Amino acid sequence: MKRLLDVLREDCGLTGTKEGCGEGECGACTVLIDGRAINSCLVPFGQVCGARVVTIEGLRGRHPLQRAFVREGGSQCGICTPGMVLAAAALPRGATFDDVRRGLAGNICRCTGYEAIYRAIQSAGKPARRRAGLAKAAKPKGRR
Amino acid sequence: MARDATVGRSVPRTEACEKVAGSARYIDDLSFPGMLHGTTVRSTVPAGEILAVHFDFDTGGFTIVDAGDIPGRNVVAAIADDQPCLAEGVVRHVAEPIVLLAHENRERLAAARVRVEYRPGTANFDAASSTQVFKAITIDKGDLARGFAAADVVVEGEYRVGHQEHVYIEPNGVIAVPSGSGVTVYGSLQCPYYVHRALRTLLGLPADKVRVVQAETGGGFGGKEEYPSIIAGHACLLALKSGRPVKLVYGRAEDMLATTKRHPGVIRHRTGATKDGRLTALEIDVLLDGGAYTTLSPVVLSRGVLHACGPYRCDHVRVTGRVVMTNTPPNGAFRGFGAPQTEFAMEVQMERLAETLGLDPVRVREVNALRPGDTTATGQRIGRDCSALRVLREAVKRTDFRRRRRALAGTNRGLGLALFLHGAGFTGSGEVRLASRASLELTRRGARIRVASTEIGQGARTTLAQIVADALGLPLEAVEVHQPDTAAVPDSGPTVASRTCMVVGGLLARCARDMKAALAGRTPAEYLRRHGPLVITKQYEPPPGISFDEETYRGDAYATYAWACDVAEVELDPDTYEVRPVRMTAVHEFGRPINPVLATGQIEGGTAQGIGYALLEEVVMRDGRMANARMTDYQVPTTMDTPPIDVVIVENRYRHGPFGAKGVGEIPFDGVAPAIVNAIRHLGVDIRSLPATPEKIFEALDKGGGPVSGGRRRAEGGRTNACDSA
Amino acid sequence: MKTAVSTLELVEPRSLADAMRLLTGRPPLVPLAGCTDLFVSLNAGVPPAVRYLNLWSLDELRHIRMRGDLLSIGALATFSDLIGSPLVARRLPILASAAREVGAVQIQNRGTLGGNIVNASPAGDSLPVLAAADAVLVLRSLEGTRRVPFSAFYTGYRRTVMRPDELLVAVEISPVEGRQWFRKVGTRAAQAVSKVVMAAIRSPHPRIAFGSVAPTVVRVPRTEAVLASEGSIEEAQAALQTEIQPIDDLRSTAAYRRRVAANLLAAFWRQTGSKETRT
Repeated sequence: MKRLLDVLREDCGLTGTKEGCGEGECGACTVLIDGRAINSCLVPFGQVCGARVVTIEGLRGRHPLQRAFVREGGSQCGICTPGMVLAAAALPRGATFDDVRRGLAGNICRCTGYEAIYRAIQSAGKPARRRAGLAKAAKPKGRR
Repeated sequence: MARDATVGRSVPRTEACEKVAGSARYIDDLSFPGMLHGTTVRSTVPAGEILAVHFDFDTGGFTIVDAGDIPGRNVVAAIADDQPCLAEGVVRHVAEPIVLLAHENRERLAAARVRVEYRPGTANFDAASSTQVFKAITIDKGDLARGFAAADVVVEGEYRVGHQEHVYIEPNGVIAVPSGSGVTVYGSLQCPYYVHRALRTLLGLPADKVRVVQAETGGGFGGKEEYPSIIAGHACLLALKSGRPVKLVYGRAEDMLATTKRHPGVIRHRTGATKDGRLTALEIDVLLDGGAYTTLSPVVLSRGVLHACGPYRCDHVRVTGRVVMTNTPPNGAFRGFGAPQTEFAMEVQMERLAETLGLDPVRVREVNALRPGDTTATGQRIGRDCSALRVLREAVKRTDFRRRRRALAGTNRGLGLALFLHGAGFTGSGEVRLASRASLELTRRGARIRVASTEIGQGARTTLAQIVADALGLPLEAVEVHQPDTAAVPDSGPTVASRTCMVVGGLLARCARDMKAALAGRTPAEYLRRHGPLVITKQYEPPPGISFDEETYRGDAYATYAWACDVAEVELDPDTYEVRPVRMTAVHEFGRPINPVLATGQIEGGTAQGIGYALLEEVVMRDGRMANARMTDYQVPTTMDTPPIDVVIVENRYRHGPFGAKGVGEIPFDGVAPAIVNAIRHLGVDIRSLPATPEKIFEALDKGGGPVSGGRRRAEGGRTNACDSA
Repeated sequence: MKTAVSTLELVEPRSLADAMRLLTGRPPLVPLAGCTDLFVSLNAGVPPAVRYLNLWSLDELRHIRMRGDLLSIGALATFSDLIGSPLVARRLPILASAAREVGAVQIQNRGTLGGNIVNASPAGDSLPVLAAADAVLVLRSLEGTRRVPFSAFYTGYRRTVMRPDELLVAVEISPVEGRQWFRKVGTRAAQAVSKVVMAAIRSPHPRIAFGSVAPTVVRVPRTEAVLASEGSIEEAQAALQTEIQPIDDLRSTAAYRRRVAANLLAAFWRQTGSKETRT
């Protein structure tokens, strides 16, 4: 009854999938099982027989979402990033912005406030945001 | 001045590719040959004597460590050395570490039952009645009696804030590897030299026998500032006793239960003001609960009292503060470090002052905001690096604050603001004492940065490289950053206090300018061929004219400040009393951004964390123990709990910061909670404590009257939960 | 992971019949499906048992189909299955509403309706829906099949009428008349444990059920009777207070739960009433 998470990290040496809580709350352990986002800390390895499991390593660093996260600052400390990218990859085609929010509600990020993650997902060609994000720097009047 | 090549541009963070690919290696991803796993046996009582420790399992193959195994001194070296690394005879809080175990097999480790017999003692959980004061500070300015005599109104208030738990998604973890007669520790940490110092004391080893290396770290927020000294100490004790590498990683529940949290507090205000809202007297009392040992509480109190008056001027001020002992797990550093607590109180007090005088909340801030030439409570003269009015006016304009507030009146939406500041770096004398150093080493391609500053998600690795690249006139790719490793980098001070960019970046900019002068137009490769290695090291020098007296708390508390104004629009559900933030606007001045995407990331992230502090995050303490120590039960914001966050960056280049930069790591957190509570106040709900839970709002409405269900019109749309089946 | 998993056994049945046979063995096997509750306990070091029966591969428990005019939902249907099912959308859309409120998508992809029912938490999000719809639970064992009305299934806090040799195989929903209504009040907007959860169906005989306000999910017959006999909403709210026993706990207070339950009752009545009243 070893967890899928531990089989991946220890037996397969695939340490990209992370453990943040062991309760199915933080989503850092998210993998795709037959295309669906699932917390691998709550799956006994025996139930994965015959299924197709995709970990972050399976995206090979070349997925449009990964490139977008790099460009848009979607990753700060990076520990939630593998799970977040996979959960985003599992969003259905034609997902609206509200679908994105709901689809990522199981992935906790403590660093970004989620805004840069939305920008990354939009820039990777997923749905339109409600509003543009990035700050404008206001120029001071009268430079010294 | 050289044209800014990367400074001011949003270059991607240097380690972004590894992080998105999942190849960045955090502590639990690392392994060493022959490695054991460790675990910590902790106190289950909040106070008492340890009578006996029983090992109810087959101890074969186990390494067991208690206080008697400590080669050096049984202290966690910090400010006051009153905290033992392992409890010896006495425990003073639940989850205090007593015994350490290590074994090769994690299952046997998890099954090991250790039974501790206690004679329970008397525990005190009430800070107000605690007689053990870790630190007391008084700030005096002018003459309070005169101030109150000049007042037309006096407003009193008491404000309460609870603990907050960091919930970095990567829990604390270290690996200690014995090497020769010394030890190397790899850790998820913010301050390698804090750990280095603590280990030297604990293990009785000279500096060159202890090595601390920071691994990629999955979030810190202050929770990995001083705490890692303890977990590292534990891992080292096990490693030295067993002669093998030991990995000690906490599970989430243990991390929440045992490690530091934000100091809870009670802040009392008595404020005198004229009828047009001008402050004449500020009398403030700050009480912080430090938990069972001193740790960093004196410094948290210091920043708390130094920020207690907010960004306002007043001629007559008295701030008294004390941080006291209770039999709870010691509290510690958390983003803001005392300022969020006291600035929450100040901003809600200002709101109540406006309410009492019938003045608009913007007016009351405008009248009192510090301007260049004014002095603070410690007598610091404010210079042109102050933007209090500017951020206020920008926020008001950006949100059309006055008009929107009028439009929302009587609806189930509220609009509130908070004006606040954050001193960058340690207090003036603190930075001088730290005497931070940074080194820059010439390489064939360019340069290698050697500093103890750690990348913990804030983007330090990238921004420091940008500063050096531009100061040297080289491309960014030519600059490397050495892994923070006490064997290879000087002590640049801790990665805390919004100091890394300004202080350490400033040191590196000086190194780079000297290096550029030494190169005198040659390429690095040419220089090395001709002259051999070049390493330039610089030590902190305070900006001219800054001085602070820590005995009297008078003078220039901080070299400079960042300034901000947050506006929160919230919606109250009249059926459930839930408040959800609908929009946040954050206007910040921190000199200028070295990297706008990274700076914006700090502001957006700090704002979300502030929403948690304001509305969701409640540490439930029962008999000195966190009763909700699981992510299921301690709620941080998800995507569904955070609104759009509109960030506006205002520039005001700071002459003593690298390329004009100050610090931005903490200020985004400081003003969020009061902005939200002031928006709730706009709805007519009198909240004076955090978190502002639905239960509190229900109670406030129930007691104080005010429209409950059905009594207010919905601002925009409404929610229906009816389903039509086909 | 704080449990020694190498000491646990996961038994793999070859078929549903084989599963039922295995359940009669000793020591008893605990059935295990989506693991979204069970593995939290394992991770925390408090395993409920040593031997488990893996139901996950029993596809015959995964259906969502019509049986005559009954909607039959297999016990292994996940919350995602319920959300995506046109049959559920047609017959009992509030079941899909409840499914959307369970955890977040990762939990919905694994958590099963059967698990939610058998876990018997008073806070289970689907339970008020099943109570309001008068669902019928289909239990099977080697001895045969029995159907238990949902209202008779729970006997006390986390206790059911199921025998250790029985499996919940399906949930049957009869045709539902009237406007359906559901609301979960959680500790935050997603991934939340419920503080109060309510499901209701408005018809001349309203059916109303609550979770998190008593040791089990409850119907509130006196409240229903007041509304059926055209009593005022205030009278119904007063009756409601006699039919729920919320407590103070980690998440919330009894006083808050009482008031919110009353407010939700009023909201239900307002929102399912005639079109013009929408406050």
